[in-house]
Order: sequence, then structure tokens, then C-alpha cells
Amino acid sequence: MNKALIVFSKECAESLRDRRVLLNALVLGPLLTPLLFLVLMHMIVGRELEKAEKPLPVVVVGQKTAPNFVQALEHEGLLALPEVPDPEAAVREQRLDLVLRIPARFADDWREGRPAQIELIYDSSRQDVRGEVDRIESMIEGFSHRTTSLRLLARGIAPSIANPVVIAARDQATPQARGALLLGMLPYFLILTALIGGMWLAIDSTAGERERQSLEPLLVNPVGRGAVLLGKMLATATFSMASLILGLLAFVLVGHLMPADEAGLGLSIGSRFVFGALTVMAPLVLLIAIAQIWVASFARSFREAQTYLGLAQLLPLIPSVLMMAVPMRPKLWMSVVPLFGQQVTVLRMLRGEGVDNLTIASGMAVTLASAGLIFYLTLRLFRSERVAISS
Amino acid sequence: MIEAHDLWKAFGTTQAVAGVSFSALDGQITGLLGPNGAGKTTTLRMLYTLMRPDRGQIRVDGIDAASAPMEVRKRIGALPDARGLYKRLSARENIEYFARLHGLSAAQARDRCSELLRALQMQALAERRAEGFSQGERVKTAIARALVHNPRNVILDEPGNGLDVMANLGLREVLRSLRAEGRCVLISTHIMQEVAALCDRIVIIAHGRVVADGTPEALREHSQERNLEDAFMKIIGAAAREEST
Repeated sequence: MNKALIVFSKECAESLRDRRVLLNALVLGPLLTPLLFLVLMHMIVGRELEKAEKPLPVVVVGQKTAPNFVQALEHEGLLALPEVPDPEAAVREQRLDLVLRIPARFADDWREGRPAQIELIYDSSRQDVRGEVDRIESMIEGFSHRTTSLRLLARGIAPSIANPVVIAARDQATPQARGALLLGMLPYFLILTALIGGMWLAIDSTAGERERQSLEPLLVNPVGRGAVLLGKMLATATFSMASLILGLLAFVLVGHLMPADEAGLGLSIGSRFVFGALTVMAPLVLLIAIAQIWVASFARSFREAQTYLGLAQLLPLIPSVLMMAVPMRPKLWMSVVPLFGQQVTVLRMLRGEGVDNLTIASGMAVTLASAGLIFYLTLRLFRSERVAISS
Repeated sequence: MIEAHDLWKAFGTTQAVAGVSFSALDGQITGLLGPNGAGKTTTLRMLYTLMRPDRGQIRVDGIDAASAPMEVRKRIGALPDARGLYKRLSARENIEYFARLHGLSAAQARDRCSELLRALQMQALAERRAEGFSQGERVKTAIARALVHNPRNVILDEPGNGLDVMANLGLREVLRSLRAEGRCVLISTHIMQEVAALCDRIVIIAHGRVVADGTPEALREHSQERNLEDAFMKIIGAAAREEST
């Protein structure tokens, strides 16, 4: 145990002098993802807000047929553009997003009180047009509804007769939950930060140490392989944890800069969340550290190990993508599976939900047990002759 | 004292060491001589307990290496074929790290390190990072690292490799003073001059086997060659002929 501490402090001291490690573990890792997040949030929210408030420019064919109708829509935010020849082709070729066509018989139908048809020409396979189509449809529906009321009133009938059923939407999503939808990727980013934080040290102290031919002299000392491995694991976990703490603090800072109010989001990225997330993540940090050392020990060179661990960074993406693609209610087994559990639990904490202690404790216990198992496997590898020999 | 008795080691289908026996005595420099690929490094790796022999026995100061490898490691200072330093640590930090791993306290490690730096005349390197060390400076630091626990037995794998003439002379001085202190010194080499200048006893290895064992004089007599280099060629050649028949 004492010897493990000697290995640990040497690995830490050495890494603190390595600019690559410092840059990765303490600067890039913790800062990159929060900043990315901030930019992303601003872009998404900004775009939504912009779309909702700006006038909606639409080519209107046959404006002269129904000047009053077009004028009424313009009050709602429509910007009628002059007509173009062959609007169908223009939409198909994506030169235009949306065309409103008013047929010649519109005026007659309108005067006679028959349903007056208008045409919306758009391409429903284009995701980005959906918002514009929704907006113009709701403008037209609004106009249509107002006209109905006026006509009924003119005939002495209460307009409410035309609305036998009315929907009153009562959205039960709390502001936090709506925010968490956007922040669903945060747990993944936290795990990624921990992965980046430990990666360099894990490689440097195994594959790197063998490549630089210092592993053989190290293992000739009267120190058990278990102590050597434990020291290296603790050093890796320390950097990983430091990275995670810095990353969380960065997220707290960034959280204040996020356009949360504009988007109607209430986020609970406070000190309670930070401590909760750190508690849940601590066993995972150990698991990540030993797993990285395990993988790096198989590699014959620094570069090979880098390739393996680079690919491993995608692994925690699987639960995130799965949860986004197939939204499920969090069940107990999910909270217990390492990687999966931390993401589920951190997400629930982020949404401001209470997570019971049993769920947290069992998740931590399973992750710790997994770390122990991988430690044992790595130790077996460390005891084999092929690990020590460089050539 | 290091005793090897009938050591065997195979890697896959390659029989690297096939029945090596010899002993290296205290107060002597024993040279393990042989062409490249003869099994010298594998033999040494088994002696400093990095590898386990498939068969055979190793005893260091009478202690069995298979049953008490930690005890054996404490009694051996090894300069392996791989002699990488930690580049971001100074020479002193490199040496003190190994001292601590040998169980010395921080203060003891510091004293012992200063002592070695003085003895190897490398005080100027003490606080410099190993990053920019020359080959000779690296070997010196690695030797200091191997001697940090004051071992009775010293095993050095091709210590002169890559050293210039001056550094090599310095190294010989160090080895002679280790012998003068009564330690058991075992070196491997394929350089004849190194053996002629240093060794009290020569063990020639070829194809994983000991083909000759004795003092330089005895080997010259045995092969009826005046020159040690010729004696070596003759003995190796004879072993190769035996092998092929």
C-alpha cells in the first residue's frame, strides 16, 4: 500500500510536468464541452426565437384575387412576396421553401359563402420547412376562425356553437424537464470529460512506459505488481476526477450564460447538482481509470493505445443515443448498469427529480464491483511476462 | 553469489535458453559472453526474476528465486537491457524513486542518492531533467538507480552498449570498484575487449548453452590460441559444428 502511494505520487508529479497531460486533462477536456454546449444552445434557441418573431416571407401567387385575405395575413406577420412562374418546380428544386397560391375562383367562392380553397405548396420531406408551414397554417386557421365567428354573428348565432369541443392544453413538463431535453447530452459530456482527463496518464504510465523502456527496470524492484498497478490507477483516477470537477464547475458557469430564460428553461445546475453528480460519478471514474489502463496495457505502443482509447470514447455515447432514440421511463436496471446508470441518474438530477438513495447506492456498488473485476483482469495481465518486455 | 542450475526457457517454438548452468562469485566480475541471440538477455532476465525459467533453479546468496523472488530482488541490483529513464524527472528524482520503492525512507533515499552521485561523479546532472541526457549520462543514471539499495549482487546487461571511449573507461572504473567492495558482478557482453579488460571469469554462451566456462587464461589454453578473440571464435565455431552434426 505504501509502495502504491510512492508510485502514485511519482506518476502525478511527472504528469504535472507534461504539457500535453495538463492541456488535455485540465484545460481542453473540462472546457471544450461546456463551451461547445453554450454555442450549441445559443444557436438552437436563437434560431427558434428568430423564426417565431421575424416576418414570414412567402411567395403568394394570385394576390390580386384576394387582397383582403392577404392583408389580414400580413397583420399576422406574413410578408407577401411577388409571384413567380411555375411555383411547383421552384419548390421541388428547393429554390423556394413555401408558396401560397390563391386560385382565380377564390373571390367567387368567398362571395358565395362556399369553402374557398387556397393551396400551400411545400415539400414535407424537408425538416427545416416544417416550422414555416406550421406558422402559415396557424395564421390561415386563425383567419378562418375569425371569419366563421363574424358570419355566425351576422346571422344571429352565438359563435360558440361552432366549437363543440375545445382543447385546453395543460403541459405537465416542468421548466426543468424542458431544459433537460436540451441538456440530455450533458451526462455524456461529463463522462467524456472524465475519459479525456485520465486517458493520457493511463497510456503514458503503461504503453508509454513500456515504449520508453522504463517498465522493465520498474518491475525489477521488490514491489508487487498489484501495488504498481494500484498506484497507476489512482493517479489516472485523480486526473480524471480533477478533469470532471473542473468540467462541472465550467458547466455551472456556462449555465448562467445560457439563454435559459428566453427558451423558458429552468435548470438546476447548482451546488446540489454538482455534489450529487460527483458522488454518482466517483465510482465510474475509478472504473474508467482501470479500464483505460487495461486497454492501454494490451497495446504495443503509445499510438496504438491512443487509437484504442480514442474509439472507447464513443462507448458512453451508446446509452445517450439509445435514450434519445427510444425514450423510456428510467427503470432500476438502467440505473445499475455502469455508464448507463450514471447517465440516467445524472439526467434525473438535472431535471430536478429526486433520486432515491437505494438507486444511487446500488448503482455505485455495481460500478465499484466492475472496477474491482477489471482490476483483477489487469493485474493478471501485469503479472504476465509479456507486459514487462519492451521488444 | 549467483548460481544458475540447468536453466531452460522457450518462447513459442524458439528454445532461447537450453540448460544454462554457471555460478558468479563474490568479489569477482563474471562475464557472460556470446554472439547476438545466444540467450544472454533471457538468462539475465531469469536471474533478476523478471522471467520464470521453464525448468531449473536460481539461487542468489543461497536464496531460491522461485520461492522468494522479492527477497532475491532486494539482493540484486539490475541494469536491464531496457534502461529507460523518466524524462520529465531529474537524475536525482529518477534515482530516489527507485530508492523509495526499495523501502528507503525519504531522508535515506536522499543521502544514498547523494552518495552515488558523488561516487559516479555525476553531481552536475543531479537536478537536470533526464530529457536531454547523453547516452553515457543515461547509463550512469541507470546504474546509480540499480545500485541505490546497496545490493550485494549486480547484474548488468551489456552495460557498455552505446557508450563512447571515455564513458566506457568510466564504467570500467565503476565495475572495478564494485568488485573491490566484494560484490558479485555479472555482466553480459558481446565485446571481447570489455571481457579481456575486466573479467575474472568468462562464461561463453552459444545457442542457449554454455560452451565454455573459466578464467581468460584457461580459455586461451584450452583453445590453444594466444589471442582471446581467436579463442572465442574457435570455441563458438566448435559449438556450431557440434550443433549441426
